[in-house]
Amino acid sequence: MAAPPGDAVVVAEGVHKRFGSTPALAGLDLTVPAGMVYGLLGPNGAGKSTAVRVFATLTRPDEGTAIVAGHDVVREPAAVRRKIGLAGQHAALDEQLTGRENLRVFGRLFHLGTAAARRRADELLERFDLAHAADRLVRTYSGGLRRRLDLISSLIVSPAVLFLDEPTTGLDPRSRNEIWDAIRGLVADGTTVLLTTQYLDEADQLAQNIAVIDTGRVIASGTPDDLKARIGGRIDVVIAAGCDLSGAAGALARVADSAVPPDIDPDRRLLSVPVGDGTVALPDIVRGLDQAGVEAVDVGIRRPTLDEVFLTLTGKPAENAPDSAPTVAEVLR
Amino acid sequence: MSAPVVPYSPLRAGLSDGAAVMSRNLLKLKHQPGQIAATFAFPLVSVVLFGYVFGSAIPIPGGGNYREYLMPGLFVMGSVFGIMGSLTVIAKDNGLGVMDRFRSMPMARSAVPFGQTAADLVVAAGSLLVMAACGLLFGWRAHNGVAATLGAFGLLLLLQYAVSWVGVFLGSMVKNEETAARLGPLVMPVTMISNVFVPTAGMPDVLRTIADWNPVSAATVACRQLFGNPGLPTGELAWPLANPVLATVGWSVLLLAIFIPLSVRRFRTAGL
Repeated sequence: MAAPPGDAVVVAEGVHKRFGSTPALAGLDLTVPAGMVYGLLGPNGAGKSTAVRVFATLTRPDEGTAIVAGHDVVREPAAVRRKIGLAGQHAALDEQLTGRENLRVFGRLFHLGTAAARRRADELLERFDLAHAADRLVRTYSGGLRRRLDLISSLIVSPAVLFLDEPTTGLDPRSRNEIWDAIRGLVADGTTVLLTTQYLDEADQLAQNIAVIDTGRVIASGTPDDLKARIGGRIDVVIAAGCDLSGAAGALARVADSAVPPDIDPDRRLLSVPVGDGTVALPDIVRGLDQAGVEAVDVGIRRPTLDEVFLTLTGKPAENAPDSAPTVAEVLR
Repeated sequence: MSAPVVPYSPLRAGLSDGAAVMSRNLLKLKHQPGQIAATFAFPLVSVVLFGYVFGSAIPIPGGGNYREYLMPGLFVMGSVFGIMGSLTVIAKDNGLGVMDRFRSMPMARSAVPFGQTAADLVVAAGSLLVMAACGLLFGWRAHNGVAATLGAFGLLLLLQYAVSWVGVFLGSMVKNEETAARLGPLVMPVTMISNVFVPTAGMPDVLRTIADWNPVSAATVACRQLFGNPGLPTGELAWPLANPVLATVGWSVLLLAIFIPLSVRRFRTAGL
């Protein structure tokens, strides 16, 4: 098996895929280095799942090339399949079998042989702390337990790269933490993970590198710190009753050195303004507002939401793009 | 550190994967005593319901016991209803994303349809035995010796195998189990417009032609002939009823020739 160039486990170049007249991928370029969790971040319909389906040989790209673990997904799909694991948005399990039986069947289908498939199932259940539920029917599992079993089903052959397509969508916070722990455990073992998610905090928690994807293309990429620095946070200020809101907004814009006027929520008396970089410190804001005679009840710096990431990166909300939106290049410059 | 997966030869992969998919399906039965009970209940209820309710009113051409007349048709009905097994399992796997996982694995893609139909065949053989036992209990007998009896069972299994492939293909076309369940009742008319319960001779012309050419009718006559049960059609007969064994084999081979390539192609290329 040839080593992938530059230790990149996934390399996509100009990948296009359309379903009917709807483009799902429109020139996707992506390089995933070995040995890390790489986050593919984007809203519903951005093309994340289609990208994973192309890499996992489930969907053939219309144009462009994708090399996974050193093999072309179109020309050598069988070789790719031997080296990847996939856990999708559904728990792809047989509900009428026990957890252990599910793993054994998958082991046999990975050509381990019956005996080795049994051993591997027991090993994985033990290691990921699922032995207590192993002999119950999957039908009786909670959502989180299903996803965990689904996750370890994709680890039967210690894949060179593991694709996790929104592994925590729809899970409660506790189950989500369990999945995150399992994923961290994998990375500690050196598995390369390509993770798609709609949640910025998930990408932030798990990924060493993030690509933000929208309308089938990567619109920004880098480490979480890079992106956050580029996107910045927001300062939320709750203004005391009896204090003039628009006057306070003007003061806040000056103090925060913001190019755009603050958002005003009159019901909650909340002002919110983006801060472009990390140079604005909370004490300065508080002092500045105080000097301007603004009485603040609550002041906080908050991380951007995904919508705000989008607004900043694309100049438009995730949906309903206005005609006059600046181009991606303009925003990133 | 990653355990190397040695590529199997295509033949070995196909056989091994087919066996794994088959055992997956059979393993499920172990956890579903309800489904096994249903397998037992269907023939029992049918024999009692149709045998005693209809049997009291329907005269057999040439005379004879209605339950002896009915059993071959019920065997055939059981085979044709076998379509629901593969249809629902495949549709459910599609809905849950199991198919996607299978397709992302180094297994032979044709293993899913071949393994599924093989498991269906094992289940069908078992339910055929149960049904035969029920029949014996209510007075049905096979009169023509071991060879003819085994021949009839072989024919029933061939038909069931062919129908099971139709189910695999339809299952791979629908999105989920709910859609598959809605297709179920459509099987009913296929088995009813036939000579399973009543001779076709008394039907209006158009219906009679359909019933005479229905594979269910040919298979039913073939079984009546091989088991030596009463009510064989007489007089001017449509070709399938005059050559019932040949017609049943022909219908089955035709279905297999159409639906094996269609299904295998579907499993290779779906979603691409």
